Amino acid sequence: MTSDGPCEPCWEPSCDIEALKVRARMLRITRRFFEERDVLEVQTPVLGRHAVTDPAIECIGTRDGRFLQPSPEYHMKRLLAAGAPSIFSIGPVFRAGEAGRWHNTEFTMLEWYRVGFDVDDLMRELAALIDELLGPSDYERRTFAGLTALDIDHATTDELDLAIADAVARLRDKRVFVTRYPARQAALARISNGVADRFELVIDGIEVANGYHELTDVEELTRRLAADNLLRCERDQTVPHVDRALLAAHASGLPDCAGVAVGFDRLVALEIGARALADVMPFPDGRA
Amino acid sequence: MATYATNEFRAGLKVLLEADPCSIIENEFVKPGKGQAFNRVKFRNLKTGRVWERTFKSGETIEAADVMEAEMEYLYSDGQFWYFMKTDGSYEQVEAGDAAVAEARDWLKEQDTFMVTLWNGDPISVTPPNFVDLEVTETDPGLRGDTAQGATKPATLSTGATVKVPLFVNIGDVLRIDTRTGEYVSRVKS
Repeated sequence: MTSDGPCEPCWEPSCDIEALKVRARMLRITRRFFEERDVLEVQTPVLGRHAVTDPAIECIGTRDGRFLQPSPEYHMKRLLAAGAPSIFSIGPVFRAGEAGRWHNTEFTMLEWYRVGFDVDDLMRELAALIDELLGPSDYERRTFAGLTALDIDHATTDELDLAIADAVARLRDKRVFVTRYPARQAALARISNGVADRFELVIDGIEVANGYHELTDVEELTRRLAADNLLRCERDQTVPHVDRALLAAHASGLPDCAGVAVGFDRLVALEIGARALADVMPFPDGRA
Repeated sequence: MATYATNEFRAGLKVLLEADPCSIIENEFVKPGKGQAFNRVKFRNLKTGRVWERTFKSGETIEAADVMEAEMEYLYSDGQFWYFMKTDGSYEQVEAGDAAVAEARDWLKEQDTFMVTLWNGDPISVTPPNFVDLEVTETDPGLRGDTAQGATKPATLSTGATVKVPLFVNIGDVLRIDTRTGEYVSRVKS
């Protein structure tokens, strides 16, 4: 439930003007942080030819057959394959059907890729940024397996999603990196020794960031996208065309890199102690 | 039978959970970035008042419960049932059992109006108004002029309920009681 009930005609913003000032300050800090580290800001298309195959993400299609992008990931990887150095992007992304206290169909994603980094390097850098944005604090590390009593190898994916989401919600009043994801939850992370090189950052029980040591192997990527679409078929979801531009970019060579996506609105909410995204977005779903 | 899907869940919705009528108190959309969406829902069991939490996968449905609330006038009790009458002009009567009146029993005064929750037409709970005025039937004699702050004594009311009252209260006084706390509020001038 959002704190933002239905209203009509709803012309006023749902958040205080003060929250906008906090957001603007956090955006400035973020841009300065990356400038100091020589990470290049890039803008990627909001509207693209392709939807993603990830079964947990539904894209919004437009009438001309294109899709509002649910993440800048594919375009950023194409830039990296084309020789871009480490890059970051801050911009709007869209996910159909995601609306709630901590979800909004359109939200602001901060995403960055570091050439030559592994997940440990990237977690350190993310922690440094979070310290600047929310104030310094300690970071715990918990393995995915350590968060649940479930038998990871035998539980169904649904059971795992539920159990982990519940466990994450209980990680209150602290900053926790969840690491070592099971291989079948690798998404686009590389897998080493049967474990996905993937991490999430949870702050006060809220999922804030998701990072990978990026999969570069084009054959493995092709297999994963096909597996996504197979699962989509089984679940009667739409089955999008695989993004051949992404595959071609990988074929030409994605550099060894690690990348992370951060839900920026959630960070703003954490900074001001808000209890819902509607308190930090002027015009959330229902008012936009 | 009507059903509700998770995207229709909202506070106040009446549904059947484990064959009991429940009211949704809170509904939260939960979704890991790379995982299934689901709804974490808090329910109040309307029969027992107990709060339950359940998780549903997005798209799951639950059965609607035919639950309505009606203002009704309390008529009388025959010792086994408590009889209420609709105040909408239909004069329709319902009989409420022990469990349904449990929370209201201490405050049931004839001709007072109560909120009755009906499930498939049968009363499952009776909610008293926040304040009721009841006559004192038994208490120690009042001590005129005793103004000791906070000193109280027990008094029995016409409904059989016992409440703590200030020392100056006498038999026959009508008192206003807060039914949410069971506490004396004031003496009512008649």
